Amino acid sequence: MSVLVYVEHSEGKIKKSSFEATTYGKDLSVMLNLPCVAVAIGNISAEELKLLGAYGASKVVHCNSPELSSFSAQSYAGAVASVAAEEKAKVVLLSASFSVKGMAPRVAVKLQAGFADGVISMADVSSGFKVRKGAFSGKAFANISMYSDIKVITISPNSYKILKGEGSAEVVINSYKPGAEENKVKVKETIRATDKISLPEAEIVVSAGRGMKGPENWGMIEDLAASLGAALACSKPVADAGWRPHSEHVGQTGVTISPNLYIAIGISGAIQHLAGVSSSKTIVVINKDPEAPFFKAADFGIVGDALEIVPKLTDAVKRFKAAH
Amino acid sequence: MKILVCISSVPDTTTKINFTPDNKSLLTQGVQFIINPYDEIALTRALELTEKEGGKVTVITVGDHSTEPVIRKALAVGANDAIRVDAVPRDAFFTASQIAKAATENNYDLILCGHESIDYNGARIPSMVAEMLRIPSVTICKKLTIEGKVLTAEREIEGGKEVVECPLPAVVSASEGMAAPRIPNMRGIMSARTKPLAVTQAVDVPKLSEVIGYDKPQPRSTVQLIPADQPEKLIELLHTQARVI
Repeated sequence: MSVLVYVEHSEGKIKKSSFEATTYGKDLSVMLNLPCVAVAIGNISAEELKLLGAYGASKVVHCNSPELSSFSAQSYAGAVASVAAEEKAKVVLLSASFSVKGMAPRVAVKLQAGFADGVISMADVSSGFKVRKGAFSGKAFANISMYSDIKVITISPNSYKILKGEGSAEVVINSYKPGAEENKVKVKETIRATDKISLPEAEIVVSAGRGMKGPENWGMIEDLAASLGAALACSKPVADAGWRPHSEHVGQTGVTISPNLYIAIGISGAIQHLAGVSSSKTIVVINKDPEAPFFKAADFGIVGDALEIVPKLTDAVKRFKAAH
Repeated sequence: MKILVCISSVPDTTTKINFTPDNKSLLTQGVQFIINPYDEIALTRALELTEKEGGKVTVITVGDHSTEPVIRKALAVGANDAIRVDAVPRDAFFTASQIAKAATENNYDLILCGHESIDYNGARIPSMVAEMLRIPSVTICKKLTIEGKVLTAEREIEGGKEVVECPLPAVVSASEGMAAPRIPNMRGIMSARTKPLAVTQAVDVPKLSEVIGYDKPQPRSTVQLIPADQPEKLIELLHTQARVI
């Protein structure tokens, strides 16, 4: 029996969120007195996969058949479910990325397992098996009891502290091949802005709203984000007006995030926006209206004109970075 | 082309959420229910596709009688008919099983869903339905076109997007940008009253999980205000007090 962790990678490197999932898997496996095994799919080197040992995986199963070289929810779910059966997994853990959201429910159906998504803290295994997740788009939390023999769980990115120790994992090759029926989705084109930091995984997010007056003023927001190594986000009205792409919209009907630091500039803080960002660990609000509701949900605030404050803040960040 | 659109009745986005005294369910008193915003996008795209290519759009929801206003709204926007599986959804596996059963009985070319509901935020139903039907799925899509028996979709990935192609039948889940929701007109509202709405019985499935209680986030302590001319003070506090930079 085992705890099985699905490991994602991009451009040959294991994703940070997968180190997080592996740490979670290791801590859970200790409580359940089971080994922690990782599974990776597609083109990645054995050298890179061995790194998972330092995060607690005793073994890494690598499914590297050519049919699995690009992601398809159906074929990847088939591979993970097959490895889960071979390793007699009691729990299958995945980090809730865009792709995983499309494959984890399939894994659960294949294994006839209970499924919990976007879990934000360690499972409670003291009696039964309970997990906690966000609900109502950040307006509440749900505590869920899972009754099935096998459990499939996805973890919300940035919710568990990564712990790196020593060690190297044993890598074994698995020859699983998806059937033609399982591999019908063909990737035609991948467009990746390599310099862009992914929003759901970002530790710092700089977000701006209508208070910026127009898209022509976004240069200073980009500068601030670059100085902090932050991802860019925006409010719904800004995305709806076409000032910024919808992929940057955070809030109840956009992306839900939980970074360590969220800086909201010229965003009033409508309930739908707060819902999507309320689990951020620290919130900074810059707004010229001292009555803006966002100040009630913030840790730090500056009342004033964003167009004047943001460039000064960027300078202050640069001075700080130079000194540290 | 026959399209099935899965819709969910959810609290309006402006709703302040409260729970029953046992914390097990949402306090629905005074709450306005709407079509889940992502489902509305999916429905609109389904209507656009059938208007162009010809075909029929059926909406399905799993819910008790209280979900009918939302079904009528979907019919008013333009869906041809509706199915309501008469049951209170227990978990995603239960709901997906009901939709998969209806899909098996009717042979749809395409099943379109919102990528997640804004109440349970699970994003589970589309992929579970696809797996139960053993057909391909493409999730969190911003664009969807259909050419003959093949769909092309643009799906979101971390830091970018991917364009994929896949044969029908398939399941697609819609994200923002796929279509702009429509407001029903008077003719739509009038005709919605007489469009067919089939109420069916739920199939029984094992209970794999359940919500044992909800709670609300702790409010933050009072905001610490920093003078507008001292941005370095903010940076210092973020470093020494919040320890986030």
